Amino acid sequence: MSELIDSRADAAPTVTAAVPRTLGETFNNYRSRVRSGEIGSLPAVIGIVLLIVIFSIAQPGFLTLSSFVSILQESAPTITLAMGLVFVLLLGEIDLSAGVVGSTAAAFGAILSVKHGIAWPIAILGAAAFGAIAGTLLGTLRARIGIPSFVVTLAAFISFQGAQILVIGSSSGQVSITDKTLLLLDNGRISPVLGWVYLVIAVVGYAAVKFVQVASRRKQGLANEPTSVLALRIAALAIGGAIFVYFCNVDEALDWQKREGIHIRGVPWVAPIIAVMLVILTFALSKTRYGRHVYAVGGNDEAARRAGIPVRLIRTSVFVICSTMAGFSGLFLASQLNGVNTQEGGGNVLLLAVAAAVIGGTSLMGGRGRVVDAVLGGLALAILQYGMSDLIKGGNASAYQFIITGIVLLLAAAVDALSRHAGRTTS
Amino acid sequence: MSENEPILRMRGINKSFGPVSVLKGVDFEAHLGEVTALVGDNGAGKSTLVKCIGGTYSIDEGEYLFEGRHVKVHGPRDAAELGIEIVYQDLALCDNLDIVQNMFLGRERVTGARTLDEPSMERAAGETLASLSVRTVKSVRQKVASLSGGQRQTVAIAKAVLWNSKVVILDEPTAALGVAQTAEVLRLVRNLADQGLAVILISHNMNDVLQVSDRIAALYLGQMAALVKRSEVTHTQIVELITAGRSGNLGLPLTTTLSSNGAAA
Repeated sequence: MSELIDSRADAAPTVTAAVPRTLGETFNNYRSRVRSGEIGSLPAVIGIVLLIVIFSIAQPGFLTLSSFVSILQESAPTITLAMGLVFVLLLGEIDLSAGVVGSTAAAFGAILSVKHGIAWPIAILGAAAFGAIAGTLLGTLRARIGIPSFVVTLAAFISFQGAQILVIGSSSGQVSITDKTLLLLDNGRISPVLGWVYLVIAVVGYAAVKFVQVASRRKQGLANEPTSVLALRIAALAIGGAIFVYFCNVDEALDWQKREGIHIRGVPWVAPIIAVMLVILTFALSKTRYGRHVYAVGGNDEAARRAGIPVRLIRTSVFVICSTMAGFSGLFLASQLNGVNTQEGGGNVLLLAVAAAVIGGTSLMGGRGRVVDAVLGGLALAILQYGMSDLIKGGNASAYQFIITGIVLLLAAAVDALSRHAGRTTS
Repeated sequence: MSENEPILRMRGINKSFGPVSVLKGVDFEAHLGEVTALVGDNGAGKSTLVKCIGGTYSIDEGEYLFEGRHVKVHGPRDAAELGIEIVYQDLALCDNLDIVQNMFLGRERVTGARTLDEPSMERAAGETLASLSVRTVKSVRQKVASLSGGQRQTVAIAKAVLWNSKVVILDEPTAALGVAQTAEVLRLVRNLADQGLAVILISHNMNDVLQVSDRIAALYLGQMAALVKRSEVTHTQIVELITAGRSGNLGLPLTTTLSSNGAAA
């Protein structure tokens, strides 16, 4: 190829990546991307801001520290589940069984811990392994035999409800978690100092990654985004994170509790755990060949096949990732509810996670989505549900909550559909 | 390049699907630095011949010579290793990926830490487009979904030449394009040959064929009616070769065309 270039003295100027030069250009670029349909998580971010404003005006008690922390903790199972679902949705597939598989996996982990006295790290690994095996089964049925994922996972949704009863033991109907760490998973808060330490690690790590990127682009003679934008990104993370940690660290304990040495403060465990999952999964999707191939199969599986990508292996793998994440999600839910009962993970659990991913900007048609969508969409949903539970009272409260949640999902799907139209060229 | 030594030579190729004989002793060749147009009516065997070259179909009988050596091509991978790339009509691009990502699909470069080497891929993609004198693309980080038909064709062709390929086969590259975009793609096709590649162009459009090709191969009912230099034939002669298999003293002997017509039943 290099000969080709050398042989042409009158070669056209190299086509580059049209990198914006200034802060204003960066903003304009973003605006035109949004106009052309690449809206990403913008609706979710706007939704989060709008919901907070509306609920704060409607009820003065909404904007408190305790509700802030509660929302985070309540959203953890949905967010974790949705993070795994993003992989499946990227291929245009669906996993209806993830909620039930997750709770069955969590029940398995809980039994290991409670009945067999196995240490919590191994119980967690056990739940994850259970999910991975279930995902391998689902993925194989989909990719090798070719049964549509809707049918495969619908069957699994039904069967795993039975499996869950068997794992828990039909007589008791419930396995209560006693292990302290497992209970703290969704309820625990880290010490104020540790919160700051984690934040510093996150900011320094982010800055280092960006720095390496800039250096390697420069080495190839490619343009970089303006330093001001880079500085703004790092500053935004640092300032946003500092506000977050500061408010989480405010002690909510009453005076008499403080006198007895009881403190209610610190960043909830779920924040660093989800942050780590987010970093790992985002890395896998955006920085590895595997992730590139997931997007390729989701965009055009025939093109992927011709490019030599192992399409069936990729298709199987996303179900493994989804069910494994479902296992973690089930553990969060079990921690929240102090145990696993035979009904857990059924009902709306899975559908709300799908809603979270879609609200965050992941397309149900495949090929478009990011892991961070799950986090933003999950937060938006949690804020909506938490706000409504206080705002709407009376006998039909839950009825209205269901109706409104459904409408919000519909809105998000409509935005997705419309933006896809905008992104299509006419020629 | 010397016209005596074709980089690709097919001799006496037979290919049948069950009782249907699609290619009957076809000879074909392509030369470096030249555009060879492959023409023929629907069902003449153009696609079958191309798929035999590309390894999608195995040949029943005949010789496959690449750079003068006998080779066995059992699959698309074998063909790609020889340096043969085919740009199919449907282009096989992922709309949700950008130009760089599409050009390196399945052959992504990675760094020592097994992460994608985006800067290196972005630069190579930009240089390849520049070497093809592509000016219509705004940014190599554009999503393919936002490109026009001609730009997509350009990306698909650039993807094919990225791999030090020697033979590039283009299947109806202008079929779905408007006038300006057709001109741009034809310029690109000519450019590839001028840079020393062997280009095989399948086309139904006589204007395109006459405009860019150096040689013309006309298939008629599974037989090679003629493989002639562009300068030696007229528009009318090509049309006759396509529709009747012969034109004046060119093409298949009269008896052959008759018997093949009879045998086709």
